[in-house]
Amino acid sequence: MDIGIGHYLTVAACLFTLGILGIFLNRKNVIVILMSIELMLLAVNINLVAFSHFMPLGGGMKGDLTGQVFALFVLTVAAAESAIGLAIIVAYFRNRGSIAVDDINMMKG
Amino acid sequence: MSLVPVFFYLFATLCIASGAAVIMARNPVHAVLFLILAFFNAAGLFVLLGAQFLALLLVIVYVGAVAVLFLFVVMMLDVDFAQLKAGFIENVPFGLLVSGVVLGELVALFVFKGFTPGALGSRAVSSPVPELSSGVSNIEALGRILYTKYVFFFQMSGLILLVAMIGAIVLTLRHKAGVKRQVIAAQVARSPKEAVEVMEIPSGGAVIPSVEGQ
Repeated sequence: MDIGIGHYLTVAACLFTLGILGIFLNRKNVIVILMSIELMLLAVNINLVAFSHFMPLGGGMKGDLTGQVFALFVLTVAAAESAIGLAIIVAYFRNRGSIAVDDINMMKG
Repeated sequence: MSLVPVFFYLFATLCIASGAAVIMARNPVHAVLFLILAFFNAAGLFVLLGAQFLALLLVIVYVGAVAVLFLFVVMMLDVDFAQLKAGFIENVPFGLLVSGVVLGELVALFVFKGFTPGALGSRAVSSPVPELSSGVSNIEALGRILYTKYVFFFQMSGLILLVAMIGAIVLTLRHKAGVKRQVIAAQVARSPKEAVEVMEIPSGGAVIPSVEGQ
């Protein structure tokens, strides 16, 4: 059976949905929320690279490298964003002693 | 019989299964390790799609840096996971509903309508993926367009990484009191007047250093 683009897009859709579900289920746990965001970004990367492989050119050939370039930039931004997110968690933990981010609304009147 | 479908189903199943284990793990270290497994299997999928550079980049950068950073933070912070898992069960119905709707919409796009990339209409693609036999490797082909056609985005991503690095340092660096460190500006601004002192010492005598300032 030939593995077409639909197969890869299904895998990406399942991963994306798992990421969304992870955010819903683990609302209090900010580390698992960050990991769910990483899962969603991974799903998007799979999507981009799948389209890069299956995009039809003229003359029966397939493939466009732009998808891989875009996936490279998504990877970069994902790494930067998880570094900052973890730094925020570390700074929060130093001040509060726990990472229950429900306490973060203390300034609410 | 081609081995590609075998490997595809292997990588895809393991990727989705470890993704599910990430969000349901009880132990945070287990969750990060399952995330690493998901990244490895996604790298395998990338290799099947002909993006070898991106696959290895995923392993080196995503697993080797980002996931290890997650592990550091999880092990450093001594999280009480039981308390954080408290709201799990009551969120399940609504979460399943929303994610079921999302998954249904995403899958309906290409399962029911027979989605093919050609349905979008072919366009002039200026950066084709080179075949494996053509002698141009994936890295070389990526380099040919990354530094010419997409150089602006390349530099922008470098700037993003710089800002992220500065931000992470600003957020987490702290100066503890009582730690002796060099203050280069103070050292450089010293003048001979305060650095050197001429003393009269009788021969045979000793220099007894004063208590303040040596």
